[in-house]
Amino acid sequence: MSAGWKPFLRDHGGLVALAVLLVFNILVTPNFLQMQTLFVNISQVATIAIVAIGMTLVIATGGIDLSVGAIMALAGALAPLIFLSDFGVAYPMLGVAAAITLPLLAALACGLFNGLLVAGLKVQPIIATLILFISGRGIAQVLTNGNLQTFSNPSFSYLGTGRILGLPFQGWLALAIACILWWVMTRTTFGRTVLAIGGNERAAELSGGPVVRVKIGVYMICGLLAGMAGLIVVAINSASDAARNGSLMELDAIAAAVVGGALLQGGRAPVFGAILGAVIIQLVKYTLLANGVADEVALIAKAVIILAAVYVQQARRE
Amino acid sequence: MTDLLKMTAIDKAFAGVSALSGASLDIAPGEVHALIGQNGAGKSTLIKILTGVYRCDGGTILFDGHESAIATPREAQAAGIATIYQELTLVPLRSVTENVTMGYEPKRLGVLIDWKRAHRRTREILARFGIDIDVRAPLGSYSTAIQQLVAIARAVSLDAKLVIMDEPTSSLDASEVAVLFGVVRGLREAGVSVLYVSHFLDELFEICDRVTTMRDGRTVDCRAIAGTTKLDLIAGMLGRDAGEIEEEGRTEFGGGTGAAATGEPLLTARGVSTGPRLIDFDMTLHRGEIVGLGGLLGAGRTEAARAIFGVDRLTAGRIEMKGQGVAMDTPATAIRAGLGYLTEDRKAEGIVPDMSVRENLTLALLPRLTKRGRIDRARERALVEKYIDALGIKTADMEQPIRELSGGNQQKVLLARWLAIEPDILILDEPTRGVDVGAKREIQTIIRDCVAKGVGVVLISSEFEEIVEGADRIVVLNEGRIVAELTNPGITETALVRALAHIPESKTSGTRTPEGTGAAA
Repeated sequence: MSAGWKPFLRDHGGLVALAVLLVFNILVTPNFLQMQTLFVNISQVATIAIVAIGMTLVIATGGIDLSVGAIMALAGALAPLIFLSDFGVAYPMLGVAAAITLPLLAALACGLFNGLLVAGLKVQPIIATLILFISGRGIAQVLTNGNLQTFSNPSFSYLGTGRILGLPFQGWLALAIACILWWVMTRTTFGRTVLAIGGNERAAELSGGPVVRVKIGVYMICGLLAGMAGLIVVAINSASDAARNGSLMELDAIAAAVVGGALLQGGRAPVFGAILGAVIIQLVKYTLLANGVADEVALIAKAVIILAAVYVQQARRE
Repeated sequence: MTDLLKMTAIDKAFAGVSALSGASLDIAPGEVHALIGQNGAGKSTLIKILTGVYRCDGGTILFDGHESAIATPREAQAAGIATIYQELTLVPLRSVTENVTMGYEPKRLGVLIDWKRAHRRTREILARFGIDIDVRAPLGSYSTAIQQLVAIARAVSLDAKLVIMDEPTSSLDASEVAVLFGVVRGLREAGVSVLYVSHFLDELFEICDRVTTMRDGRTVDCRAIAGTTKLDLIAGMLGRDAGEIEEEGRTEFGGGTGAAATGEPLLTARGVSTGPRLIDFDMTLHRGEIVGLGGLLGAGRTEAARAIFGVDRLTAGRIEMKGQGVAMDTPATAIRAGLGYLTEDRKAEGIVPDMSVRENLTLALLPRLTKRGRIDRARERALVEKYIDALGIKTADMEQPIRELSGGNQQKVLLARWLAIEPDILILDEPTRGVDVGAKREIQTIIRDCVAKGVGVVLISSEFEEIVEGADRIVVLNEGRIVAELTNPGITETALVRALAHIPESKTSGTRTPEGTGAAA
């Protein structure tokens, strides 16, 4: 066997997979090379990507956040409640501003809760975030009495349907978030400490790193981004369904992070990798759907991708 | 009488580094045989070869009259070698019976476990050791001592001819130790041999018949314990005798002067306790002085370092910096106060393996390299460059992951991590352990240079020549308490060994646990 392709595949497996998917679709899928295809895919992938970026940071500290889907539901349920309230109707602009700000603050608070459990009380991340995973969606459903909330609010819907240079607003948002967090991870003490915690938490602590604060911060960022994604989903649909918003998002986000190159034991934070991972997962889903394969099969395909990504990671470690 | 076990000329190397060369071990039937040696002497490697965990590169093993072909721990058990590890390897949530009979349960109809017989058999086995407990209760509901005895009972019930006990008393209190010794004597009477590994030398005189001493991967001595003194054992472990010690120094330190002790006091610890492993610790460190912490493994040296650096919470006493009381509650506080702490365990507490040399080197310095959260990368690179040069760190470039460096170079990076914060006080726990001779001398030179610049150093080292020659004063610890303080010039290794050996018996001074196993975090 030639020695050249294996390391290449190991380091650039994600890009290769993306290229393969693109070529396959161009050849096989009808009408693939159209603006409409690009538009649909970007608007759908953005939410996964935004959540996956937050998840990547949490994973980089050696943690995991199962509550992102529930936080999406919670933030998504809050927004219409606010701009449909008497206050929101009376002052439409203020109402929309509050309908964006307050749910995001709630999402931040959820992240703070997770962070305090993990960093303060030293609860295992999977258990700590399981609490909101279960209760967060419950709270969202109680808030909305379990009803689907439909609305028509063009300024709020811009979050999910707006365009900048002809491309969906949320796509640009995901890209901007990735750029900011990439800068944070590579240029700041915060980012360096995140990676040190994931690489060797004892060493980080003994070197005087603000381990507790940084861990809490990471869960807060993850919560905030999940809240943002929740708002976008609601804005796309012009409806909030607390039972379905963000359902299974935690798994998509973890999958995207892992496919993007995050190591589950921590120490690496490929922020742009998370976007790549999200795009790959989205494209596989799209490819199968566009070619008439059932949704259930798409789930199996997703599992295969995760398996492949983990396999490549294992190979990298040896 | 023929030996039960005869290991001869055992060689073993890991990745080219020799761990054992020509080691040997003979154990007679029905004998309690002690195996002693410093960390890294090769005791555990030898045991792991015996129990099939490792395979030896050369040498012969005769067990029970046959050439041994033990290749796995399971085969060792089948051959009659049972090992009781430091960390218990039983299942605490299952019943005592299940633990004792696991894998060898009495069966009914070939598949169903006959619980009646199993419980009865377990009770009989335990009764032989004078243990009367509810065998249906989960093992974890009993004390560590009982759990350990259950482990031994299990081993013996499997017809062990040789029971290996690795630090069996490290987590037992005095009364539990007495019970354990009763069991060991019972084994001896039943004709079972016991290989007894312990850092607590006093114990050996109580229950062992012979003692084998290892040093640097070799067996250096095997003798009857009757007629041996503790001083002999310590001298053997360290490879010293009184005549040789008086000769010229062998480190880069060249002997402490003691002159610096008149400098300004930097750090004072008064009556500091953090638990049973550090009790009433007093120490003063002056500018430009090296204070050594002497003692054997488990004496409380690392605990003292952790207390000073704010890792372990103080249960009593206070710490003063330059005459001012400071609450050292976290390492971050200690670092801001001007302390640096090079930890003993480089892998577990020092390096971040996947990070680069640069990132590892500046980890403790980050707060000072940062303006409004942003790292000044130009300054970072310049500093790293400077320390790579000054310390002669051999690395392809500063972006190389630290895991790819040799042990000595990793250690230099960690040393640089602390030098970079320009500390007033450096705590160095085993700074030259596991590095090659060249790097060792370089590291000693670096330490000497920074003392010359006025840094106060607390030096912990298991190599006696290093602290005898390096330290201006040595505070000698045993079982968590200070037992002596020696002042240079005039400290010799003999004096240090005497201070260690002539320790008053203090069997009742709380739990004794070797340092480094299980942090009190």
